[in-house]
Amino acid sequence: MASYNLKINGKNVNVVADTDTPLLWVLRDELNLVGTKFGCGIGQCGACTVHIDGVATRSCLLPASRLEDSEITTIEGLANDKMHPVQEAWKELDVPQCGYCQAGQIMTATSFLKQNPNPDNESIRNAMHGNLCRCASYNRIEKAVALAAKKMS
Amino acid sequence: MKKNNKITFSRRNFIRTSALASGGLLIGFNFLNSCKEAAVPPVDVSQLNFNDFNAFIKIANNGYVTIFSPNPEIGQGVKTSMPMLIAEELDVPWDHVSVEQGALDTENFQRQVAGGSQSIRFGWEALRQTGATAKQMLVNAAAAKWGVDASTCKASDGIIKNANGDKLGYGDVVNEAAVLEVPENVTLKEPKDFKIIGKDAINVDIDKIVTGKPLFGLDYTVEGMKYVSVARPPAFGQKINSFDATEAKAVNGVYDVVQLGDKIAVLASNTWAAMKGKKALKVEWKNDGTLESTAKHDKELNKILGGNNLDVRREDGNVKKAFAEADKVIERTYESPFLPHNCMEPMNFYANVTDDKVHLVGPIQTPAGTASRIAKLIERNPEEIHLEMTRMGGGFGRRLYGDFALEAAEISNITKQPVKVVFSREDDMAAGIYRPAIKYRIKASIKDGKVTGYNLREAAINSNMYGLIPNFFPAGAIENYKVESGNYRSNITTGAWRAPYTNFLAFAEQSFFDELATELNIDPIQLRLDLLANVEDGKDPSIEYSAKRMIDTIKLAKAKSNWGKSNNGTHQGFSAYYSHNTHVAEVVDIIMKDGMPSVEKVTVAVDCGIVVNPTGAKNQIEGGVIDGIGHAMYGDFSFENGKPQDVNFNTYRLIRMKETPIVETYFVKNELSPTGLGEPGLPPAGGALANAIKAATGEILTKQPFLKSLKNLETNLKT
Repeated sequence: MASYNLKINGKNVNVVADTDTPLLWVLRDELNLVGTKFGCGIGQCGACTVHIDGVATRSCLLPASRLEDSEITTIEGLANDKMHPVQEAWKELDVPQCGYCQAGQIMTATSFLKQNPNPDNESIRNAMHGNLCRCASYNRIEKAVALAAKKMS
Repeated sequence: MKKNNKITFSRRNFIRTSALASGGLLIGFNFLNSCKEAAVPPVDVSQLNFNDFNAFIKIANNGYVTIFSPNPEIGQGVKTSMPMLIAEELDVPWDHVSVEQGALDTENFQRQVAGGSQSIRFGWEALRQTGATAKQMLVNAAAAKWGVDASTCKASDGIIKNANGDKLGYGDVVNEAAVLEVPENVTLKEPKDFKIIGKDAINVDIDKIVTGKPLFGLDYTVEGMKYVSVARPPAFGQKINSFDATEAKAVNGVYDVVQLGDKIAVLASNTWAAMKGKKALKVEWKNDGTLESTAKHDKELNKILGGNNLDVRREDGNVKKAFAEADKVIERTYESPFLPHNCMEPMNFYANVTDDKVHLVGPIQTPAGTASRIAKLIERNPEEIHLEMTRMGGGFGRRLYGDFALEAAEISNITKQPVKVVFSREDDMAAGIYRPAIKYRIKASIKDGKVTGYNLREAAINSNMYGLIPNFFPAGAIENYKVESGNYRSNITTGAWRAPYTNFLAFAEQSFFDELATELNIDPIQLRLDLLANVEDGKDPSIEYSAKRMIDTIKLAKAKSNWGKSNNGTHQGFSAYYSHNTHVAEVVDIIMKDGMPSVEKVTVAVDCGIVVNPTGAKNQIEGGVIDGIGHAMYGDFSFENGKPQDVNFNTYRLIRMKETPIVETYFVKNELSPTGLGEPGLPPAGGALANAIKAATGEILTKQPFLKSLKNLETNLKT
């Protein structure tokens, strides 16, 4: 076991966990931040996507102990009192079905829109390609990313 | 639609009321069976008892309405659409209504099942009657207060008015209404008067979903519970010979290792330690039964198709004669692999078995059946089992089977610890209850330019199509018609998978009809319409579909898709299928890119009766269609010596964003009772895609996944 400090959603937290423990399980099991989901454990589905220094990153493979100098943002910290425009767009278009993958989708979309504020459809499709949705709510995810871009411009 | 909407049976047996101690009216109601003699709703909403009632409606002093329902939500939207039915007849503004999951730690559940796209169909009458009854109670209370006859009062949008122009809000009369008799006769609205039904209502859990609040089984935690990773035999037909847990126990955080039958459970203080502990187990497995491979299944299923041991499921006319007299006979064999469900939320369940009670929490589609199986397994009284449902991260049929809940209960029973069993993706895919591999051989006879005979043979692993399916189209449309089924028993576990049987059968039949159309030199849509013209609705009561509704649905799809008028480079494929009481027709538009199809658009026409919640309904169709295309194109799952060959998404391919078409959904407008949408969008999709590929390349695809055949095709073209 090791003790280390992380900065998550703007707060400093002390974590006691094995050094190889992926960020996903530190978030879920140690810090009760369960909005970040477990889907595959091998970085293939995107359900565990968080932001590391603003960049969408899979948390299921990344040991948390290596992130002492990073700013970590999870779905719980994406917005404060008001929803993020991406969340608003998700709501407006009634995107989720089962909803399980959507936190990861939203984290990918927010990071993507920060880098590409005016994306075309093809770049939205490319950006979201790594996030699986087993309910196949893909049409609405695609539209919601475009709507969020409009809201943010 | 019957004009007389008067309901005459006693609502008293289904509805009971109480005055809440904090003020307001609480209505407990049942829509599956009548209330027990002594059942009374509590006076405090923290005491809701879902053993006595299916659901509750609370109307507060301010007129706001809360609906408490423990109904399972898999993602099909019933947690939103079912309360809409109540609110419509209660006649309150939808934004005054909130929906809460049945309170936690309830007593035993009544039979609550999500499956087969039946929730809305069963709830349609009962939920509206409940709303209408509640409204009538409020009207009666207001009339009594005014001293006027209730028939002179009207209620709308949460306000009751009398002939003098006096007004009372629902909240003003809830306390009086709570002590009145439950009215016997209520009148339901005419569909033209609907204000909530037919309007978009956003998923009631949307805020929690997009902000990452705990909702799912995997999110449920209890202080001190142990996370459990279970090692199961890696191949079907294997069991434990011996194991050594020394290294597993040495993993930091591992608490205990226990054996249960042919499984070994690793308990730990967190999920990561449990998973690491499992990997550190040294297990020697031994064979106990046959280790089956896909090649063997292929051989066995072919043997069945060519043999004489099939059961006749339906037979009309004389198929033998039709084939003997035919000008031409066409025959095709269609093949599908096993498929895992791959819910995004892996299987998981919480269990805490103590001397007083057995507490279970998790995502399950069949809570009552699972609770009673657990009672038997750990030898407890059914009354001691307390099972709570969470939101489910997908179901697709997998969560009908409570195997994961039974594991959790057994492990907690052995260790006397509160435990949460968590499947890894590998566990989830390797310990599946799969869509079975199935083959269909279809034969049709043509005489004088008409289809005169049709014979469908089914060879399936473990179980055959359910009893109603042989009565689906083209039953009734072809004079000489015969469906036969044969079966091979395997030790690989199989079960329901979204739109059981029809998920593949529809592809086989709808591809076959396309080929028949080519053979007859007739437009594929026209062939369906011609065949449907042979069916007179109601003449043969065993026929499941309505020819009229199917024709209307097909015509809508044809019109909206610009069938036959597509631009150069776009190729269209058509398919239509009735299942789960809903009629669906689809046109797929593809373009070919580097020898591979790119699915651009799917135009879908649906007759599901009255559309309760259009945004939710379209969501189900969009998802179902893309799911159908994804699995037809990529879904490939095979076994080698009993062992699944793919166990995670690095090699098992699911459809992703770039491969998805835009789905345009259109509903046939009518005033018929609504039917379900979770499944019926899926079955036609694969056939429509195959037919579009046929139109583009001339290639007739008979095997799923298509990707394999297309790759072969591509290679053949290049060499």
